[in-house]
Amino acid sequence: MRGLPGELIASLGGFLERLGAMTRFSGQVLWQSPAALLRPRLVVEQVYKSGALSLVIIMTCGLFVGMVLGLQGHDLLQRFGSEEALGTGAALSLLKELGPVVTALLFAGRAGTALASELGLMRATDQLSAMEVMAVDPMRRVVVPRFLGGVISMPLLTAVFIAVALFGVQLVGVQILGVDQGQFWSQMRGAVELGDVNEGLIKGVVFGVACSLIAVFEGYNAQPTAEGVGRATTRTVVISAVVTLVLDYILTALML
Amino acid sequence: MSHSHPTADGAGTPVAADPNLAVLTGVDYSIGGKAIFRGLDIVIRRGAVTAIMGPSGTGKTTLLRLITGQLRSDAGSVVVDSRDVARLDRRELYALRRKIGMLFQNGALLTDLDVFENVAFPLREHARLPERLVRNLVLTKLHAVGLRGAARLMPQQLSGGMGRRVALARAIVMDPEILLYDEPFAGLDPISMGVVMRLIRSLNDALGISSVVVTHDVREISQIADASYILSDGRVVASGTPTELREHPSPVVHQFMEGLADGPVSFHYPAPDYRRQLLDRSEVA
Repeated sequence: MRGLPGELIASLGGFLERLGAMTRFSGQVLWQSPAALLRPRLVVEQVYKSGALSLVIIMTCGLFVGMVLGLQGHDLLQRFGSEEALGTGAALSLLKELGPVVTALLFAGRAGTALASELGLMRATDQLSAMEVMAVDPMRRVVVPRFLGGVISMPLLTAVFIAVALFGVQLVGVQILGVDQGQFWSQMRGAVELGDVNEGLIKGVVFGVACSLIAVFEGYNAQPTAEGVGRATTRTVVISAVVTLVLDYILTALML
Repeated sequence: MSHSHPTADGAGTPVAADPNLAVLTGVDYSIGGKAIFRGLDIVIRRGAVTAIMGPSGTGKTTLLRLITGQLRSDAGSVVVDSRDVARLDRRELYALRRKIGMLFQNGALLTDLDVFENVAFPLREHARLPERLVRNLVLTKLHAVGLRGAARLMPQQLSGGMGRRVALARAIVMDPEILLYDEPFAGLDPISMGVVMRLIRSLNDALGISSVVVTHDVREISQIADASYILSDGRVVASGTPTELREHPSPVVHQFMEGLADGPVSFHYPAPDYRRQLLDRSEVA
């Protein structure tokens, strides 16, 4: 029996050890990334798996987030008699916050878990060991292309999410609740600046790097058992969600 | 207990400066505080089929991982192709591994590639060959294991025996000098077992390579091995030809070769007294 202080120290030690391993792993992945771009076919394959295969869920969720935003935004703005500002408000909130954050959370749930479980199963079924024996570095051949695929996909998915969500806002706000179409679009165009778009894009890239790194790290270092792969998948979603929200606060504070 | 090294050579042994392909001397290896090997000495001769046998949990797979440099020994040396594996840097180790083919117990085929691409994998990673040549090489190796017709199947569509034969085709596609087999007969039906057994011998002789077969299937491996080692308790307890091992005086070797349930190697994992544990109520929640 170690008692509470002992447990806390052990837990902190474990956390620091894992953080160190993650930092080292991230360094290796980033170091090998430029060379992996020389084999674009591997990266494109992963962009398809992480990006294209996530499109349906991203677009569906984007549409409904936009529609809810349309309803809530209209209700709020109506109280001040400024329903026409719906386009501006929705566009800014989607570009700066909702778009990148919700896309990152969905990405972690859809593509992140797929990456982690795939790598974990490759570890459990000796596929990674087989590569090592064949003198093929699994880091270079398997991990880095998957990481890059995620990093490239995330900003693209964010853009798709925002575009579909804006369509959802417009669908509810203009087509159903009767906000003036001209006012809706012109106010949006007048208020949204390039900096706002860039903010969303930067967040998309940063969240893409974070979520992809967490997924490949957890999968690559999973215990080679059914339970270990399951735990790696769960950790991927939980850690990605927390890190995304923490990074979102930091980035927002820096870019405001 | 005999510690003499086997001397049998297989047919078609290539003329080489060093007749020993791999030499393990005084190897100690422990994992999580548990000693797997204590002063292990093994010599793998060129051109021969060498069997490594022993009860489950004696570290047979660990031995293969020491030879491929995936694990480093705590003490002693592992010399493969006249080079100390522990002293090689990453690039040299990868260069050495190109001479090694390994058949994993479960095949370890890449599940996102079909049979053809699995066999082509090492070629595509290491050599820039024209597609036509890759195709011919892959089909030749698949034909050698009798699975040319399964080239476009996915690994999930293969039976255990077929998967292992595909893995074998992949292991030989780069024309290795040494082939390592990890439990090649485990879980196979008698027909597949016979096929794999004959393949090990015929590939060894036809390609002029050396083979190390880790197994506990005594009867099968005795038919094709030139030399055998029996491991127990982290050491080599006997070595020699299958005939020599059958006549070995050691009770451990006798128990293993005859497949007896109990003997020096206990059937039971260490446990408290059976009767006392059944009567003990303190363990019941």
